[in-house]
Amino acid sequence: MAEKLLEIKNLKTSFRIKDDYFAAVDDVSLTVNKNEVLAIVGESGCGKSALAFSIMGLHTRAKMEGNISFKGENIVGISPSKLNKLRGKNMGMIFQDPLTALNPLMEIGDQIGEALLLHNKELSKTQRKEKVIKLLNKVGIPRPEYVYEQFPHELSGGMRQRVVIATAIANEPELLIADEPTTALDVTIQSQILDLIKDLKEDMDSGIVLITHDLGVVAEMADRVAVMYAGQIVEIADVTTLFEEPLHPYTRSLFNSVPNAKEAQDRLHVIQGIVPSLQNLPRIGCRFAPRMPWIDGEAHEEHPEMHEVKPGHYVRCSCYKHFHFPEESKEEEHHGVS
Amino acid sequence: MWKFSLRRILIMIPQLFVLSVLLFVLAKMMPGDALSGMIDPNVDPERIEELRNQLGFYDPWHVQYASWVGDLLKGDLGTSFRFKMPVTELMGQRIVNSFWLSLATLILTYLIAIPLGITSGRFNDTLRDQLITGYSYVGFATPLFIFALVMLWLFGFHLQWFPTSGSVAPGSVPGTFEYVMSKLYHLLLPALSMALISTYSTIQYLRNEIVDTKQKDFILMARSKGASESRVYNRHIFRNSLLPIAAFFGYEITLLIGGSIFIENIFGYPGMGQLLLESISQRDYSVVVGTTLLFGIASILGALLSDIILSIIDPRIRIK
Repeated sequence: MAEKLLEIKNLKTSFRIKDDYFAAVDDVSLTVNKNEVLAIVGESGCGKSALAFSIMGLHTRAKMEGNISFKGENIVGISPSKLNKLRGKNMGMIFQDPLTALNPLMEIGDQIGEALLLHNKELSKTQRKEKVIKLLNKVGIPRPEYVYEQFPHELSGGMRQRVVIATAIANEPELLIADEPTTALDVTIQSQILDLIKDLKEDMDSGIVLITHDLGVVAEMADRVAVMYAGQIVEIADVTTLFEEPLHPYTRSLFNSVPNAKEAQDRLHVIQGIVPSLQNLPRIGCRFAPRMPWIDGEAHEEHPEMHEVKPGHYVRCSCYKHFHFPEESKEEEHHGVS
Repeated sequence: MWKFSLRRILIMIPQLFVLSVLLFVLAKMMPGDALSGMIDPNVDPERIEELRNQLGFYDPWHVQYASWVGDLLKGDLGTSFRFKMPVTELMGQRIVNSFWLSLATLILTYLIAIPLGITSGRFNDTLRDQLITGYSYVGFATPLFIFALVMLWLFGFHLQWFPTSGSVAPGSVPGTFEYVMSKLYHLLLPALSMALISTYSTIQYLRNEIVDTKQKDFILMARSKGASESRVYNRHIFRNSLLPIAAFFGYEITLLIGGSIFIENIFGYPGMGQLLLESISQRDYSVVVGTTLLFGIASILGALLSDIILSIIDPRIRIK
C-alpha cells in the first residue's frame, strides 16, 4: 500500500452569507498518496477551488469542520504560525490565473526568492539568487538571469505560469496543489506545463492534487480521480476504472458532454440546468436529482452515502443504478442494471 | 525612469501656456481696471482715457498678452497698487509662509490618514473600521471654514493653547532657534485644523484599495508561500494599495491650495491665500494675477510630482 500523505475526513467548509453558514465543501473525504496524482474534476462552482483553499488554509473567513491530516497531523484550526511553517515548504500551490497570481510591483526573482527566504534563513543572498536561477531553469524559462530582474507584466502568460510553478516548488514540497494550472493558457503551452508538472512529480516523489475541469488533462495526468458536484464528492476511482465504467449520473453526464473527434455529432449532450448557488443547494437528498428530472424520485437516497462498489471505487447515492439518459429508452436501462 | 520624467516635464509646457492664457482672459474679464479705484475722482476723465491709451488698455488682447508674458518671463509680475512694491517681492515673503503651512498640513494629513486607512482596510467591517469611516465622513461633510473657526475658538481663545494670528511671535530674530520654534507653533493650529478634515480621501482610498487588494490572487499566493500576516500586509498589500494615493497626491495639493485660502484668512496667517483674498477685494489686479498664476503652477507641479512618484512605485508605468 502506498504511503498516505494527505488524508481528509468529513471536511466541511462553510461561508457566512448574511446570518447563515453555507457549506461550499460538504462532507469531503479523500486521501492522496506519495507519488500520486489525484485529479478533482467538476463544473465551475462545484467547490473544487474551495477544497484546494481549505487544504492550504487560505480561507480567512470560513468555518472549517472535519479533519485534514497531513503526514499524520491534523492541520484544521492550527495556529497561523504553525500553518505558515508548512505552507510553501511542505505544501505548495499553483494558482489558476498566472496573470493575477504574481505581485505586479515585485521583481520575479524576489517573488520566487521569498519562498526560499521564508523557510531557509541560512541561505545568503547570493545563494538564494543562484537557487532561484536554477529553479527558473528547471521550469524552462530562457535567460533566467535576465528574467530574474523583470516584472510580471513583462512576461507572457505561459512564462508567468512557469514562475508561479517555480515558486510553488521552490522548497520541493511533498504535496503540490495545482488549481486549474492550465485553464488560462493556450493548448500548446498547456501540454508543456503538464509535462513539467509530471516531471516534477517524478523528481520529488510528491503527491499532487490536480484540480481541473478538462477531462483530457485528467486522462493524461491522473492516477485517481474524484468527481465533485455541489460541494460533495460523488464518485472516486482510479483513472482507468472511471473512464471505462463511470457510474454516477453526474460523471456519466460529464463524459457524455465531451466532444468526440472521431464521430461527427450534431449536438453535444448538455447537462440540464446549472450548478445551484451556495444558498440554493438542496441540503437533503441527492444533490444532482434536480438536474435529471426524468429519473424517478424513489431512486435517490434520503441521505446519500458513499458506497464502495469495487475496492477503491466509491459512488454517492444509489440513483446510479437507475440512471439513463433521456434519449435512451427505459428497456436499455433495465437491461443495464440486470 | 528619466525618459519618463523628461517626457512628463515636457507635457507641462502646453499646460503652462493654457494656464497663462486662461488666467489672462479671466483677469481681463474682471470688472473695472487698475485705474478705476486708484485715481483721484477729480482728475479729468479725458486724462484717464489718455492714460489708458498710453498704458495699452485698448491694445488688442494678444498684444497685451504678449507684453504680459514677456514681462513674466523676465520675472516681472507688475507692481501692487496697494503696497506700492513689486508683486514678486510682495509674494516672496508670503510664499515661504504658505509653503511651510502646506507642507505641515500635508505631513499631518498623511500621518493621520495612513495609519487609519490601513487599520480600516485591514479590519474592514469591524467596529474599528466603522469608527474610522464615520470620522472620515464627518470630515468630508464639515465645511473647512466652520471647522477652522471652531478650532480657533476652542484652542485659540478658550483654552489659549495656540496663538490666534500671525506667523511668528513679534520681535523674534530670524535665524534663531526661538524663531523657528515660534514659526512652527504658529502654523500648528491652522495645519492641524485643515489636516483633520482633509484626511477623508486618503483614508477612503487606502481602505478600499486594501480591501480590494487583500483578496487578489497574488496575496493568496504570498500566503501559500508561508508569509506571515504582517509580512503579507507590509510587503504585498500596502505597497500595492499606495498606488491610488500617489495618483491622488497632485489633486491633494490642489485641494490644499484651495483650503489654505480659507485657513490663512481665518487664522490671520500672512500667506498667499490671505494675500489673494485681500487683493481681490481691493482690486489689486497685478497681485491677483500673480498669486493665481502661482497657485496654478503649484497644481501643475503637484500633478508632475505625483506622476513621478507613481512611476517610482509602479514598474508598469516606468517602462513605457
